Amino acid sequence: MDAAAAVSQAPTVPQPLSPPMNPGDSSPTSQSGQGSWTPRSVIGGSRRGTLLGLGAATIYLSLIVLIPLAAVVWRSADEGPAYFWEAVRTPDAWAALQLTVVASAIVAGINLVMGTVVAWVLVRDNFPGKRLVDTLIDLPFALPTIVAGLVLLALYGPESPIGIDLAYSRAGVVAALLFVTLPFVVRTVQPVLLELDKEMEQAAASLGAGPALTFRRIILPNLFPAMISGTALAFTRSMAEFGSTVLISGNLPFKTQVASVQIFGQIESDNTTGAAAVSTVLLLVALVTLLILDVVQRWGTRHG
Amino acid sequence: MARHGLRIAALTYLFFLLVLPVALIMWRTFEHGLAPFVEALTSPSALHAFKVTLIVAAWAVVANTIFGVGVAILLVRHEFPGKRLLNALIDLPLAVSPVVVGLALILVYGRFAPAGGWLEDIGIQVIFSIPGMVLATIFVSLPLVVRAVAPVLEELGDEQEQASLTLGANRWVTFRRITLPGIRSALTYGVILCLARALGEYGAVAVVSGRLVDETQTITLFVEERFQNFDQQAAFAAATALAMIAVVTLLVTKLVTPKDAS
Amino acid sequence: MAIEVSKVNKAFGATPVLRNVSVDVSSGSLTALLGPSGGGKSTLLRVIAGLEKPDTGSVVISGVDATNMAPQHRNVGFVFQHYAAFKHMTVFGNVAFGLEVRKRPKRELRKRVKELLELVHLEQFADRYPAQLSGGQRQRMALARALAVEPQVLLLDEPFGALDAQVRKELRTWLRRLHDEVHVTTVFVTHDQEEAIEVADTIVVLANGEVIQAGSPHDVYENPVNPFVMRFLGPVTNINGHLVRPHDLELTTTPQPGSTQAIVSRILRLGFEVRVEMIIDGHDAWAQATRGTAQRLNLKEGTTIYVRPAAEAKLLPVHAA
Repeated sequence: MDAAAAVSQAPTVPQPLSPPMNPGDSSPTSQSGQGSWTPRSVIGGSRRGTLLGLGAATIYLSLIVLIPLAAVVWRSADEGPAYFWEAVRTPDAWAALQLTVVASAIVAGINLVMGTVVAWVLVRDNFPGKRLVDTLIDLPFALPTIVAGLVLLALYGPESPIGIDLAYSRAGVVAALLFVTLPFVVRTVQPVLLELDKEMEQAAASLGAGPALTFRRIILPNLFPAMISGTALAFTRSMAEFGSTVLISGNLPFKTQVASVQIFGQIESDNTTGAAAVSTVLLLVALVTLLILDVVQRWGTRHG
Repeated sequence: MARHGLRIAALTYLFFLLVLPVALIMWRTFEHGLAPFVEALTSPSALHAFKVTLIVAAWAVVANTIFGVGVAILLVRHEFPGKRLLNALIDLPLAVSPVVVGLALILVYGRFAPAGGWLEDIGIQVIFSIPGMVLATIFVSLPLVVRAVAPVLEELGDEQEQASLTLGANRWVTFRRITLPGIRSALTYGVILCLARALGEYGAVAVVSGRLVDETQTITLFVEERFQNFDQQAAFAAATALAMIAVVTLLVTKLVTPKDAS
Repeated sequence: MAIEVSKVNKAFGATPVLRNVSVDVSSGSLTALLGPSGGGKSTLLRVIAGLEKPDTGSVVISGVDATNMAPQHRNVGFVFQHYAAFKHMTVFGNVAFGLEVRKRPKRELRKRVKELLELVHLEQFADRYPAQLSGGQRQRMALARALAVEPQVLLLDEPFGALDAQVRKELRTWLRRLHDEVHVTTVFVTHDQEEAIEVADTIVVLANGEVIQAGSPHDVYENPVNPFVMRFLGPVTNINGHLVRPHDLELTTTPQPGSTQAIVSRILRLGFEVRVEMIIDGHDAWAQATRGTAQRLNLKEGTTIYVRPAAEAKLLPVHAA
């Protein structure tokens, strides 16, 4: 395929897996990369157009996303770092944060395993109704969170037709979070599994490896970045989740109240600084998770 | 043998977590027939909630579509410093909890906030009113159109646009007659995703709207409010309506999914 | 016999891909399975490797009936057209894999991998990843990987198909030399007759799932069993309803016993040889002449010449079976 490539190639520069946005980097008209200060259009000309567009986009983003988020962080620091910590460590806030982190971790862990299993079955197995199931996987993405909450309450609450009552319990919270995060690992692992070169598995077999060994040493390492990606996304989503937990958990402080609900309560009682403090913690956790995600994706692309 | 084990594990998991809940809600809604369902959804409050939802969603979708196409073009066809930063920022809304979104908007556009106060003085109430809900909805669905359009725009390449320019067409005409048709299916996909998200938003809108029944209540808020007021029939009816919209959205996006060129 | 394939039939769904195929491969030989795309060669190779199961028939490898054996037990090395490199492992890791599976001690493993990398001239790439190698390098790595476990048989599926023409030629020669050094029974699949003739001891021609002819390159080229083989193995032209090799034709300016009249339509000078295109009775034919001959006969477009097959030339009627 690239037989003409030089013998001593430098290691390929890892490209981030998140949406491919830098065609200019390889196009002949762009030599500037990151350091240059000449905004221009790849299709020739209209520097003014670029600046105009960039300006408009920046204003839109700032007004709706950036400034408001900055306001949250600002407000949380409004009365000094000491107050910030106090607000975060009030008994109910702290309990809510703990519950949220633990529940999200559990949910992430379950998703890591079950999500991969589901993706595997969807790609490698065949059964009647598979296509229907495949389509339904995306339902939690499309369904409003409050509807998800209602549905789960109806099924696993006091009036459960199958006798499972998870209302007012942490298990209920976990169930709600599992529902909304269902698609994440499945949908990140699926395409990788589909693209996986079957010949690698055949090569391993011809070299003497049985199915279990082949899975462990050939398939799994190649799926790993996608699995981690999906799990990180599931974790982030769980941390932030609001609507689906509201009904089934009963929002009992110290028991089943997640961070987002606690924040909601604070807003309703006009304690915006307290709300902002816990919100900032959530934002920080999200930031860290996304950074880890970026690192993992780079590592993943390095290995082809 | 392992294959069957995996299949059973996966299907069981999905059954309890996905299939059963959805089936149940259909059952509970239509348990007593179609009439109560229709009745619950045509009550004045319900109809008003539908109206509010559609207005808010329409504004948000239009705004994000224009932004989405613009930013996609900016990211794919233009060079400028800070492109990677912009790229990362686009995805930011996905990581933010809906409640935090609401809080963030209140802090800037609330009556006692600088921007909000000024806007109120000139007669525009943002928080506890439609504009605030529109902002919240825009926030949560921001990346959807961009992320649908950008990859396709990239794959199309700019040669056709270059050809158009050499033939004398100006940028606007090129955009309208070359670019836009090229991204048509990706754009439709993005718009549908954005619309579905907008229709289904709960948390951010709950904070920002003040949840004033018959005023700033969307269908999702209606579901919760009716449920808390023990009007299960109405809550389930609205929930089912939303679920049906979600399923239709899923099916439509499957049909419209931009296929790979190769 | 290293490999005995007997009466193998295989169909994919309703389409038969191998029909009653029997092939014998002698130990230590380099055999080419040659034929057009879709003719069944790759499938046959994969049946030998155990990556496909035949519907009927048997495969015996080194005297052992392997027909129902899984690929991991056959001790057969396989090299894929698109390398099938383990992209998450280094070159060293790839080559070591088979030895690790067999739980060889670390020291022995290291030594053997090093030997192999030297054999294929990739010593300095041991710590690189496949993505950092060129196509030719990846294929050499794949070969080293397959050879690491000392297979009884080495199978290559269009090993140079994904490479540039220049690299193909180089690797072809290299494969032949490697075989001379290592002497493992080797079977490779190709649709390139030049490659088969240049590299192999034995050529098996497969088309439509059937073995058409098997023999040495000389045999198959000089004594093709039917027009298909003749056409596939080398250039042919039609003189009077018979297929003959263009380089086996004698050209004269005056009629000779057994010669046919033709009008020269075009003369192409390609370095040493000259391609003389002509029209006989309304259809096209061509002869290959040396530069000297062309000069001597003073060939020009539009002139009349007389053409006849040389005495020892192989002739096949065009519509033979």
